[in-house]
Amino acid sequence: MYRYDEQDHKLIRERVAQFRGQTERYLAGELSEEEFLPLRLQNGLYVQRLAPMLRIAVPYGLMNSAQVRRLAHITRKYDKGYAHFTTRQNVQLNWPNLEDVPDILAELAEVEMHAVQTSGNCIRNTTTDQFAGVARDELIDPRPYCELIRQWSTFHPEFAFLPRKFKIAVCGAEQDRAAIRAHDIGVQIVKNDQGETGFQVFVGGGLGRTPIIGVAIRDFLPETHLLSYLEAIVRVYNQLGRRDNKFKARIKILVKAMGAEEFAQRVEAEWEQIKDGAEELTPEAIEWSKRFFPEPAYKTFSEGHGEAVLRDQSGEDKAFARWLERNTFPHRVNGYQAVTLSTKPTGIPPGDVTDRQLEAIADLADKYSFGEVRVTHEQNVVLADVEQEQLFELWQEARKHGFATPNIGTLTDMICCPGGDYCSLANAKSIPVAEAIQRKFDDLDYLYDLGDLDLNISGCMNACGHHHIGHIGILGVDKKGEEFYQVQLGGNSNEKASLGKVLGPSFSREEMPETIGKILDVFVENRQPEEFFIDTYNRIGLQPFKERVYAKAS
Amino acid sequence: MPKPANLSAKKPVGAQPENPAQLIVDGAVVENEWNLLPLGGDEKISASSLAPGKVILPLSVWLELREDLQGRKAEIGVWLDSDETADLIGDYASELPLIAAHFPAFTDGRAFTAGRLLRQRYGFTGELRAVGNFIRDQLTYLTRCGFNSFAFQGEQPLAGLLESMQDFTDSYQSAVDQPLPIHRRRALA
Repeated sequence: MYRYDEQDHKLIRERVAQFRGQTERYLAGELSEEEFLPLRLQNGLYVQRLAPMLRIAVPYGLMNSAQVRRLAHITRKYDKGYAHFTTRQNVQLNWPNLEDVPDILAELAEVEMHAVQTSGNCIRNTTTDQFAGVARDELIDPRPYCELIRQWSTFHPEFAFLPRKFKIAVCGAEQDRAAIRAHDIGVQIVKNDQGETGFQVFVGGGLGRTPIIGVAIRDFLPETHLLSYLEAIVRVYNQLGRRDNKFKARIKILVKAMGAEEFAQRVEAEWEQIKDGAEELTPEAIEWSKRFFPEPAYKTFSEGHGEAVLRDQSGEDKAFARWLERNTFPHRVNGYQAVTLSTKPTGIPPGDVTDRQLEAIADLADKYSFGEVRVTHEQNVVLADVEQEQLFELWQEARKHGFATPNIGTLTDMICCPGGDYCSLANAKSIPVAEAIQRKFDDLDYLYDLGDLDLNISGCMNACGHHHIGHIGILGVDKKGEEFYQVQLGGNSNEKASLGKVLGPSFSREEMPETIGKILDVFVENRQPEEFFIDTYNRIGLQPFKERVYAKAS
Repeated sequence: MPKPANLSAKKPVGAQPENPAQLIVDGAVVENEWNLLPLGGDEKISASSLAPGKVILPLSVWLELREDLQGRKAEIGVWLDSDETADLIGDYASELPLIAAHFPAFTDGRAFTAGRLLRQRYGFTGELRAVGNFIRDQLTYLTRCGFNSFAFQGEQPLAGLLESMQDFTDSYQSAVDQPLPIHRRRALA
């Protein structure tokens, strides 16, 4: 993974010192609330319903075990002993003291971490595929490009006060596991007919109040132009994005109002002026970045060797077989498999882990996966390079620490925002709804029979829980001071991205598990062999679901 | 008869910039020698009715009068409101002694782009002045975008603000102060 050099260290240290000074001025009354707000946001610090919330950056979701251990230490020393993984592959602390934040940032800086630009109207953490570098369907490893984008976007002097937040995601595989079409900029790595690497560039995707699927404004951008092209897009947006209404300030609104074609022309015109300028990447710079993501020291295994071992073990232990089926992912190297540690056992807020669990993750990573850990945008944790022969042992240890719930990709592996329990923006709680659904659908055979199913929950229309792109999406709404939940069906986050459609009038929290049950009944009754929920929905449409859910009791 | 410019033609974005008596230029506290003409009012301004001395005109006024003011080039500056882009000055920038860019609110970051374009695309070498509601915590970014002059509003001990200009001593991207991004400065071998 990327390691800081002296310049990175210096910049992050200077940032910590700057924020320490700003916090002191704020506490001394020299910096107003209004002025401190965007400064603290750009250092990851929100003031939430119950306490401040600090969002720590995990660039493209990648951490080493030393960093994970430092997080465990920080949650113990400065917080209540747990942390939360977010849909931007970051980590949140829910209970730090404002006065302690500069010290927390200093402790993070020692292990090459920070909270820079994890909030505020600036370029946020770049996200990518959690299986980068190991997926069989990968064309090119996206991480070296993510790192170049991280450096370009960090402390960008021109783009620190954009009209609104700005999110970039990169995908290097056939299957889009990074939801790039739901981002302000989505970058898809492609190769042209000459075999040269480049990017298809999407803009104007986003969730929130006005969900929009991004559109491609360029089909092939040669790789050396990556940063200048991004700069051109953000520059056009900085100048022309709306600033009079924060709900219309995202780039998606500009692209929609202007039309994607006109927007693309403006970007191209701006880019013409800068494309061969200083931000042009040299092949050496790209190679340099790639050297930070070398292939780990894999052992050589013969083809099929590991599979044979796994077959025997699965035959003897059904629980292991289930875990193997749901929580592991094929690896491009013989004898290896990627493992997803589920943070979603029933009864725990999705994405929450304790300090002890963080340490357990670090230990597992050291023992089984070259000391590296990835946070997924579904809020789970991936160990990407595990020997198949060691999976059984890893599974047993993961079980001990509560990570082996075999539900990855199923109904109970929900994306869920912190909701009204923590967040001051939320209209409704989301965690209790997630839990009620997990409790109702706790029969693993039933869950497996349902197959891949994304259920996403947001506590308000800001859509941090990505409800628009869940196959089933749940949105918390406020009706005259009471919490209700709207259901959407048919959203999809991958390369066939689509937005869910609202099923109809909303439900009380108590009605939710049963409502989901009815929706699943319609699916099970109508599905054709091997069909997933989203396929059946796309075939039969919203109406059958609507009829069942809103049928009058006879 | 030179044509007059109407000040009420363009609506300001938010409150208009103030024109403080002192400011920071090139890292030193100096007296403000320029008069800044705000937008608004119904009066018509013409080249002949403009008082003598150094004056910073709203862009719209300058666009109307610039031909008539050829003889006073050294004492005519221009200020851009935040919804006015640098290309509206364009290559004329190289002939101007001063351009000010306005921050109606410090969170309105359009002037950062204006600064870079004036310096890097339109050849502006004069005094680039930040006016309005920017804050000291933006000084390093402003400097990186080409600003060398800072007209802080309200009561602030100017000397103390200079500290904030030292917040960062290095950078990742190319900008006005550092034409080479880090990926062109590192030893890549």
